[in-house]
Amino acid sequence: MTASRQTQVFWGGGLLLAAGLAAGAVAAFAAAPAEKVISVQAMKFEFSPETINLKKGEPVILELTSIDRAHGFKVPGLGLHADILPDTTVRVRVVPDKVGRFTFACDNFCGDGHEDMEGVIVVSE
Amino acid sequence: MSSSIDRRQFARLVGLGAVVFASGLANSSASGPFGVGSARAAAAAEDFFFVQLSDSHWGFKGPPNPEAANTLKLAVEAVNSLPKQPDFIVFTGDLTHTTDDVAERKKRMGEFRDIVKGLKTQNIRFMPGEHDASLDKGAAFQEFFGPTHYTFDHKGVHFIVVDNVSDPTASIGEEQLKWLADDLKKQDKDARIVVFTHRPLFDLALEWDWATRDGKAAIDMLIPYKNVTVFYGHIHQENHFMTDHIAHHAATSLIFPLPKPGSQEKRTPLPWNAEKPFSGLGWREVTAEAKTASYQLTEMPVKA
Repeated sequence: MTASRQTQVFWGGGLLLAAGLAAGAVAAFAAAPAEKVISVQAMKFEFSPETINLKKGEPVILELTSIDRAHGFKVPGLGLHADILPDTTVRVRVVPDKVGRFTFACDNFCGDGHEDMEGVIVVSE
Repeated sequence: MSSSIDRRQFARLVGLGAVVFASGLANSSASGPFGVGSARAAAAAEDFFFVQLSDSHWGFKGPPNPEAANTLKLAVEAVNSLPKQPDFIVFTGDLTHTTDDVAERKKRMGEFRDIVKGLKTQNIRFMPGEHDASLDKGAAFQEFFGPTHYTFDHKGVHFIVVDNVSDPTASIGEEQLKWLADDLKKQDKDARIVVFTHRPLFDLALEWDWATRDGKAAIDMLIPYKNVTVFYGHIHQENHFMTDHIAHHAATSLIFPLPKPGSQEKRTPLPWNAEKPFSGLGWREVTAEAKTASYQLTEMPVKA
C-alpha cells in the first residue's frame, strides 16, 4: 500500500453509469457547490454509520473509505454501487428522489461476517 | 423475460405430485427429445440420476445449527442408504465455512474431504462457494478439489461448472466467460446442457447480494440453447426461477436455512428449531430423463 491517499470521484460518465441512474438518485460530483458530505467507513464487518439519514431532493456526497481491505457498497433501491479499496476515497453524489428505507450491503466478499455487513439509508420528506 | 415459479405451479403444469419437481419439459422438441441434428447426444442418452448437495459450511459453529458437526455426516449416510446409488454427486459450493486463517481453511477442507470419502459413490464433482474461495481466489480449493470451472459429459448431457465466487466481487470474469463461449460453440443448439454454479446467475435479491455481477452475460450466452437447466446453491433454500426458457433451481443447505429472498431487511439465518431439528436442511436427487429431455427433482430432508 502507498502512504498517499487516492481520491476516486464519480463523474457523469464511466463509473457513474455503472452505478445506475434508473432511480434518478445519482449525479456527477461537482466541486463548486458546498454540499453536505457524509463519511461512510467500511471495515470488517460493518459500515459506520450503519444508518444514513437523507432528505428527499437534498444532494449529499457520500464519502466512502475502507480501513482494512476491499469492500463493496451496494444500494440497489437507489441504483448505487461502488467498490471501496483501501487508501482510496470514493465519492458518490446522491439526490434521493423517493422516500423509504434502502438497504445497503457489502458485495465484495470479505470474510466470516460478510453477510452481516449491511446498513440502511433512510430517506424522509 | 424472467419469473419466479413455485413447485406447485410447476407440478400442476406437468401433472406431478408435491415432492417431485420437473424441469425442462417445455423445451423438449416436438420432433423428439433432442430434435434434428443432435444424433451425437441422442446416441449417448439414457436415463440416470445424480445427487446435489450444497452449502455444508464445514467448520461453522453457532446457534443456527448446534448439530453442525453432524449434519454433513447425516447427509452422507442418507445418500449411502439410497436403494440405488447415483451416477455422480455434485457439491454446489460452500463446502467449508470461511476463515481468514489459511491453515484452518485447509484443515476444514481436509476434514470435509475425509467425510465425503465415505460416500459410496466416489464420482463426485466439486465447485467452490465464496466461503471456500473468495479470500484466496480459490487457491486452497484447487489444492484439495481441483479446478474451479470445467465441463464434463455424462450420458448425453453436457455439464458446465461455472465459478462465480473465486473473484470476491461475485464475478465470472472475462476470461471465464470467453471459455464458456468457446465451449458453447461446440454444442448443438438442442444439446442438453446443465450448468452448475454457486451463486444465482440472475438477480434474485440484490439487497442481499444474491446475484452474480456478470451473470447476465452467461445467461445471454445460454439463451440460444433450447435445453438448459441451472442448479445452484448459496441461498440455503429451494427456489425455482425462469429466465426465458432456462430454469434455475436453488438447493437447500446442510447448515442452516435462510429467509425467502427479500422477505425481510436482513438475511439472518432462520433459528434452529429444537422441536424439529434439521428442519429446512436437505439435499436433492435429480433424475435426468432422456426421452423427455427433462429433470425431475426430489427434495430429501436431513433426518436425525
